[in-house]
Amino acid sequence: MMLSGWGRYPAVDCQLERLRRHEDLPGLLHRGTTLIARGNGRSYGDAALNPELTLSMLAMNRMRAFDAGTGLLDCEAGVPLADILNTFVPRGWFPPVVPGTSLVTVGGMVAADVHGKNHHRDGTFGAYVESLTLAGADGTTRTCSRTENADLFRATLGGMGLTGVILSVRFRLRPIETAFVMAEALVASDLDEMMALFEASRDWRYSVAWIDCLARGARLGRGVMTRGAFMERATLPPRLTSDPLRPAPAGKLQVPADVPSALLNRVSIGIFNALCYRRGRRRARAGARPVHFDRFFFPLDRIEAWNRLYGRRGLVQYQCVLPKGESAVGIAALLERVAASGQGSFLGVLKLFGPAGEGLMSFPMEGYSLALDFPVRSGTRALLDGLDEITHRHGGRVYLAKDARCAPERVREGYPRLDAFEAVRAEASGARPRFASELSRRLAL
Amino acid sequence: MNERIETALVIGATSDIGRAIAHTLAEDSRTLQLAARDAARLQREMQDHRVRTEVAVTAYRCDVLDEDGGVSLLDALDPLPDVAVCVVGLLGDQTESRRDGTAAEQVMRTNYVGPALLMGALAERFEQRGSGVLVGVSSVAGERGRTSNYVYGSAKAGFTAFLSGLRGRMATSGVHVVTVKPGFVYTRMTDGMDLPGRLTATPEEVATAVVAAIRRRRDVIYVRRLWRPIMFVLRAVPERLFKRMSRL
Ligand SMILES: Cc1cc2nc3c(=O)[nH]c(=O)nc-3n(C[C@H](O)[C@H](O)[C@H](O)COP(=O)(O)OP(=O)(O)OC[C@H]3O[C@@H](n4cnc5c(N)ncnc54)[C@H](O)[C@@H]3O)c2cc1C
Ligand SMILES: NC(=O)c1ccc[n+]([C@@H]2O[C@H](COP(=O)([O-])OP(=O)(O)OC[C@H]3O[C@@H](n4cnc5c(N)ncnc54)[C@H](OP(=O)(O)O)[C@@H]3O)[C@@H](O)[C@H]2O)c1
Repeated sequence: MMLSGWGRYPAVDCQLERLRRHEDLPGLLHRGTTLIARGNGRSYGDAALNPELTLSMLAMNRMRAFDAGTGLLDCEAGVPLADILNTFVPRGWFPPVVPGTSLVTVGGMVAADVHGKNHHRDGTFGAYVESLTLAGADGTTRTCSRTENADLFRATLGGMGLTGVILSVRFRLRPIETAFVMAEALVASDLDEMMALFEASRDWRYSVAWIDCLARGARLGRGVMTRGAFMERATLPPRLTSDPLRPAPAGKLQVPADVPSALLNRVSIGIFNALCYRRGRRRARAGARPVHFDRFFFPLDRIEAWNRLYGRRGLVQYQCVLPKGESAVGIAALLERVAASGQGSFLGVLKLFGPAGEGLMSFPMEGYSLALDFPVRSGTRALLDGLDEITHRHGGRVYLAKDARCAPERVREGYPRLDAFEAVRAEASGARPRFASELSRRLAL
Repeated sequence: MNERIETALVIGATSDIGRAIAHTLAEDSRTLQLAARDAARLQREMQDHRVRTEVAVTAYRCDVLDEDGGVSLLDALDPLPDVAVCVVGLLGDQTESRRDGTAAEQVMRTNYVGPALLMGALAERFEQRGSGVLVGVSSVAGERGRTSNYVYGSAKAGFTAFLSGLRGRMATSGVHVVTVKPGFVYTRMTDGMDLPGRLTATPEEVATAVVAAIRRRRDVIYVRRLWRPIMFVLRAVPERLFKRMSRL
């Protein structure tokens, strides 16, 4: 069946099977093909695709244990983040790290070692994983943690499913008093100002900025930064006190069909970006205000299948991180290149990362990360190759969970611990890797 | 209408449809009773409910092919449930069923004999109490014997007829019987089959329909609904013609 990632590019005909119980895994491995685990397909490119066998983990969605004393949750890898939120927010718990959508699985969060708006303070999701169970090529299940199979543990955090099938994960939730975030918007009129805002907001748990990708010259890097922190019960305004830990509302907006990608042109993107900027200014004047976590962390989840807005050919996301010292110059060069190309990006997102974690292939490193969305068009490839060059020149790397087109050598250069990763992977699965994806083939991993 | 169900029992709770029904029932029941033949896997389902919800869950081992036809389950149930849903079934392999009498018998017993005896025994106890809802998951395959799966289909036909008769008998006793006829559902049973999207439901859809049918005291439901008119037409096709439609 035709499968793709969230970007709907590339689409590949894959043999799809569903794992319902771990006892069935040896039988599937017995077929002798290579395979890759797939969560909810929210990675953008080709990471969760394998024509020979793609193993859906969505039916492995049982919760196994929760310790209300410590916040330690043990669940199967196919449990959606949204389920965890619906179950535990009303009880006063929140995941330590969440990506920009709640429609991911726990397995996908581990395999991509996802970061949130709090990376500068809290690191990646992997940092909160106490242990996981991993099924290897021979069908045996190993418990991996910092003390048991430690190398395999470090390779699996951010390992993009290439070390085996994650069956279950034990990780720590963090207590919250309310479901509301005190959020504040701040406007920056250029990149220097923006980075100064990030530095000044280090003590805020969450921070993220939207960047106007069409602004150039003196206004290059202008945008709106949002910072926030969970509210305590005592600070909640009276109108919210009746149900301080309310979960996300149900119901979604629909994008009816594929929107012609011609709608996304210089003019519409220009208007959109200008509107965002104006709205940001208005919000900045309004000052800090309580926002429900669902709107703060997952604004796009209210719109079903918004990826269709990018038209039939799909979209690619370009996300890179540059080391701290190179960020000011490097991010400016990236934005300049995008603005010059005229292929504006609807969503330009800037985040500040703290130090790299333990995952051998984890994406974050200390510095700034920029993420951009582009509809797939004839000139897109050339533009992205150009961006790669800038990223490389400044010692940065791209995020594999978003990638669909990067060249193997760029990834080798960007991930210095790749050799260590490959060694662990070879040891775990022998000379011929059993766990492989379109991404690993493309990148010769 | 939407009052809480005190106690709900799901037999076949380790199936995809059974799991979905149990989760939907857990949202507004006080106690959930799960029954299945594999104790270890049942334990995992029970644990899942315990972590997610406040509902009280108990597990019971039940194999409908056991000597006593699962009647020991009834004695174990504490309390007697207000709603009991039986999801047990086996598609089997038609070719194998044709060649091997034991295989055919297992399909017949799993879809008809076992579930019917169990539902019948439950009905007796519900009748004594004077209340309760029984739900049997049968199939559209029981509407007419088709070349491709008539062993399974005939057993489902038996189960459907049994439920229909039981419903009639219980009509004056305060006990209600619901027959559920799914068309295609994406589950372990149909893995690898090429199913038509418009006619194929998810287990969650079946679960929502089942709980709505319990609340509204419906007699027979089709999931998806489109199957009702389709089966209406299919039943009307004369046998002379139907026998040539062998590919169905
Ligand atoms: C709107 C949006 C916003 C996002 N924001 C962020 C963000 O802020 N930060 C961030 O870090 N990411 C972000 N992402 C990316 C997303 O969090 C990751 O791609 C995540 O891995 C997706 O999880 P999934 O369950 O959908 O996995 P899939 O996309 O299905 O798979 C992703 C990778 O995980 C592997 N995998 C999945 N399950 C298993 C398993 N059980 N065992 C082994 N390997 C497995 C797959 O093989 C694949 O390599 C965003 C994505 C979207 C669509
Ligand atoms: N999928 C469809 O397209 C479809 C269409 C119409 C009707 N149905 C009906 O829906 C019901 C659920 O099926 P499903 O699709 O969810 O497939 P399934 O997962 O194969 O469900 C069958 C269930 O029956 C249980 N079972 C089999 N033999 C048993 C026995 N001797 N004692 C106790 N339990 C036994 C199985 O237990 P284990 O979990 O231990 O294997 C399993 O839980 C079945 O009655 C099926 O006929 C399905």
